[in-house]
Amino acid sequence: MTVGTSADAVEPGRAGLQPRAPKRLRRLTGRDKTVLTLMTGVPTSLMVVFVWVPALASILLSFTTWDGIGLDSIKWVGFQNYHQIFTIYPQFWPAVWHNVIWLVVLAAVPTPFGLFLAYQLDKRIRFSRFYQSAFFLPVAISGALIGFVWELIYNPDHGLINSLFHTNNPNGTYLDWVGHYPLNLIAVLVAASWRHTGYMMILYLAGLKSVDPGLKDAAAVDGANEWQAFRHVIFPSLRPINVVVAAVTVIESLRAFDIVYVFNKGENGTQLLSILITDNIIGEASRIGYGSAIAVILLVVSLVVIIPYLIVTFRKERRA
Amino acid sequence: MTATTLAPDTAQPRSRPEKSSRGRRVRPGRIVLHTFLALTALAWLVPILWAVYTSLRPYSETQSHGYLSWAHTLNFSNFTAAWQQSGMLHFFWNTVLIAVPAVLLTLLLSAFVAFVVTKYDIKINLFLLMLFTAGNLLPQQVIITPLYRLYLLIGLPSSISDSGKMYDTLFGLIVIHIAFQSGFCTFVLSNYMKTIPATLSEAAVVDGASVWQTFSRIILPLLKPAMAALATLLSIWIYNDFFWAIVLISNGDNMPITSALKNLSGEYFTNDNLVAAGAIITALPTLIVYFLLQRQFVSGLTLGAEKG
Amino acid sequence: MSPESPRVFQGPTVDRRVMLKGLLAAAGVAGLPTLAACSSSKSSGSGSGGGAATGTVSLGSNASDAVPKKAFQAVYDAFHTASPNISVKVNTKDHDTFQEQINNYLQATPDDVFTWFAGYRMQFFAAKGLSNQIDDVWNTIGGNFPQSVHDLSKGQDGHYYFVPIYYYPWGVFYRKSVFAQHNYTIPTTWNDFVSLCEKMKSDGLTPIAFGDSDKWPAMGTFDYLNMRTNGYQFHMDLMHGKAAWTDAKVKKAFSYWTQILPYHQDGYIGRKWQDAALTLIQKKAGMYLCGTFVAQQATNPDDLADLDFFAFPAIDPQWGQDSIEAPVDGFMLSKNPKNRAAAVKLLEFIGSTQGEAAYLNVDPSYDALINGFDTSKYNAIQKKSATLFATAQHVSQFMDRDANPAFTSTVMQPELQSYLQNPNSLDSILSSVEQQKQAIYTS
Repeated sequence: MTVGTSADAVEPGRAGLQPRAPKRLRRLTGRDKTVLTLMTGVPTSLMVVFVWVPALASILLSFTTWDGIGLDSIKWVGFQNYHQIFTIYPQFWPAVWHNVIWLVVLAAVPTPFGLFLAYQLDKRIRFSRFYQSAFFLPVAISGALIGFVWELIYNPDHGLINSLFHTNNPNGTYLDWVGHYPLNLIAVLVAASWRHTGYMMILYLAGLKSVDPGLKDAAAVDGANEWQAFRHVIFPSLRPINVVVAAVTVIESLRAFDIVYVFNKGENGTQLLSILITDNIIGEASRIGYGSAIAVILLVVSLVVIIPYLIVTFRKERRA
Repeated sequence: MTATTLAPDTAQPRSRPEKSSRGRRVRPGRIVLHTFLALTALAWLVPILWAVYTSLRPYSETQSHGYLSWAHTLNFSNFTAAWQQSGMLHFFWNTVLIAVPAVLLTLLLSAFVAFVVTKYDIKINLFLLMLFTAGNLLPQQVIITPLYRLYLLIGLPSSISDSGKMYDTLFGLIVIHIAFQSGFCTFVLSNYMKTIPATLSEAAVVDGASVWQTFSRIILPLLKPAMAALATLLSIWIYNDFFWAIVLISNGDNMPITSALKNLSGEYFTNDNLVAAGAIITALPTLIVYFLLQRQFVSGLTLGAEKG
Repeated sequence: MSPESPRVFQGPTVDRRVMLKGLLAAAGVAGLPTLAACSSSKSSGSGSGGGAATGTVSLGSNASDAVPKKAFQAVYDAFHTASPNISVKVNTKDHDTFQEQINNYLQATPDDVFTWFAGYRMQFFAAKGLSNQIDDVWNTIGGNFPQSVHDLSKGQDGHYYFVPIYYYPWGVFYRKSVFAQHNYTIPTTWNDFVSLCEKMKSDGLTPIAFGDSDKWPAMGTFDYLNMRTNGYQFHMDLMHGKAAWTDAKVKKAFSYWTQILPYHQDGYIGRKWQDAALTLIQKKAGMYLCGTFVAQQATNPDDLADLDFFAFPAIDPQWGQDSIEAPVDGFMLSKNPKNRAAAVKLLEFIGSTQGEAAYLNVDPSYDALINGFDTSKYNAIQKKSATLFATAQHVSQFMDRDANPAFTSTVMQPELQSYLQNPNSLDSILSSVEQQKQAIYTS
């Protein structure tokens, strides 16, 4: 299976060396067509029925008030929920702000660091397998676990940090990592970056593997040092991976939930949109319409990210 | 490009001029790098190591000496207590019953879609692909309430469901996992399948193979590396999920492993050492899977990343 | 056919005078009229005998902790002994998940009987038609309880929906040895309380332990401050949405809080209440306002024996210390139980002396509500609870049980934390609370 060479990958427009040719439909038997329909139909129906239909229903629910009990108590209220969310809900704008901060921090710190680690580990140095495992471990465990493990470290009274630096003296210096803003936001971002770095490292490792080594050699021949080679040769050829990295980082910052929820349930300072939705929908609070409106806002923001990503990704699809 | 990634050892086009010329001389820069990487890696492991340390200490000891203290006793008492108190075995089994079918079916169904979308030129293909990819990126909270209502409406025979409805069944959890994860798998598998040359399937057609035969005999076997990688990823993601169960399961006995941990946190009294032990036991399967299949795990994530 | 969202609920107001007589009699105070005067219901207090009901009763329980789970199982086992034809099938979920799921659970496939709490929270489900009325149960057990408990167990429509099993009061906890060591006296008025805080501070103790990271502990402080400053009726009006949070009375209650905030333990926003309790137990703090379940944190028996509590001090002499915050836990019947006859028998048993005794024999963290319950086996904390409960005239259930749950969890919890972080912005916080409250109560 050595077809699909790098030459092909670099120049997708070369029609002559297309690795696949579309099958002509008229050669298909009736039975074939049935099989094809089933093969696409079953998964698509599942996805539509259980994901897209509920998503649309949520959008509709966002224009109602409903306590979730009995379908007849649904009341249409138009944009009232949105109006209240934007004007009188004190948790909302901090949550939006924090989601933005998450995005900025995740993009600025663990992502480049992951790239740096990937670049170093790509050199096939000794022990790279160990380093790789260590950095990737947080990605393999659940977000709830990450929240719990870091709570042991950040607990103001007997966590590791405060015990180590004696900052748990209520009458003296007392660093409240869980309850005090901005300490708790920093704490949570450290935990999230701890995981995000490994994730980025792996993505970049793969991306680096597919960089044509010939380019690096050519740069060396031209007299470029390592940094110049990286900046002008390697990084540009990482463009496809960078698209993925950008999308993943944005999605992770929007979907952030587990870590914060387990850490301090989104207290003052660490509110997030996903947690606000959960607060309003799950539990006795049960303001379904209101929570759905927040969910729709999150959905819209997600789509703002997803759609350009899809366009970029599938533009190549259509060109190919 | 995916092909090169998947067969890295057989085709190694890179030459390493630095290595051969350096021979045994170790650059000082290399030492600095190793020191940095080693220290950073150890720092990375500190949170987990701290949790392990806490879990090995009896509660009475940490109560009297504090958590940051040298341990006089280290034993597994917290582990045995966590195992027994939380009913972990039962919840493990629940998760197995959910994860295994979910992983297998997701992979199969995603392979179906990926196959049709890449090998056949039908107008709807691009739309389908976008539908699946976008579905993968939605947050769970967005669909949770209508999903609950939907589950109450769908009736199931009593052999599968005690309540007669899809709500509160492991079956229901399997279905939502499949629907939710199939987007990612379809995307990854379709990328991968593009690298499979058309000549193979065309030859099969010339030989008179039907669509199903082409899929099952020719394409499916070639997907093994991708399937292995995705299986690893999926099982870890499904195993670690706790959100669906909160809304879609009502009977305590039907809960997955992630809720076992909650059973260890008391309403009024929480023994952190005990919970730490429970957390580690809960994490063990994913960690074992990760270590055994590390290479597949890594390549699984990157399969979706490669773009032709 | 469920009714519209209730705007304002008439919660139960509890007249304690009648209860006073019953419990003081039980506590062995001579010369008071006995049970006969208490309640007008018919039969006396025994539970169920045998009966035509058979089969299995399913029961949804949030008692996931080891000790309460065992204690409840003891109740069900005792019931099974009394009614061998009926067995109880328990479905336990961890308490967090149970409460998070409750709306979905009750609408879909609930068990016949389920554990729940008295107060608005109970009435809410009754009004929504998610709970079956149990007047027949109360016909049997009515005589066991004083009028106050009757009121707590009724829905908005006057029918019974709830069977209680125990209660636990909130009070100011302290260590007897610490108070003896420094010659402190129990404060009964606000000024005494504040000067005690001053004294403790100069003695090197943290006067008031506090940990609000779970967001509900602060509500306990507010409830008492409000009841002591403005009286029980105003507090209930506030909980039921009839009074405004921007009212000057509310601000006055908060002003007392601001006064004692400097005496609170530092870093209370991020501290868990269990850690705050530990500070008290470790003699680093002098006082701690909490429910009697705090005793569970004292794992050392010497610490436990040293623990005691007193009633929250009076602020306005008009009210004195007339109200007590004492949440009541119990059981309800779901809307369409599969085996109603057997479930009724179970509920009758729970609402009897045998039922409550079966529980408290295993888990002595709480107190019984039954008239004439044998308190001789009570530990010190239980006895103190009974005394304080008996002398109180009004009983509140705690903010998250007395008020609309959407309001308490999405508004009050974060807003109280905002206040605690910045007491100076009280005005803007209160007007935001009022705005949000109106949005929720009128939706």
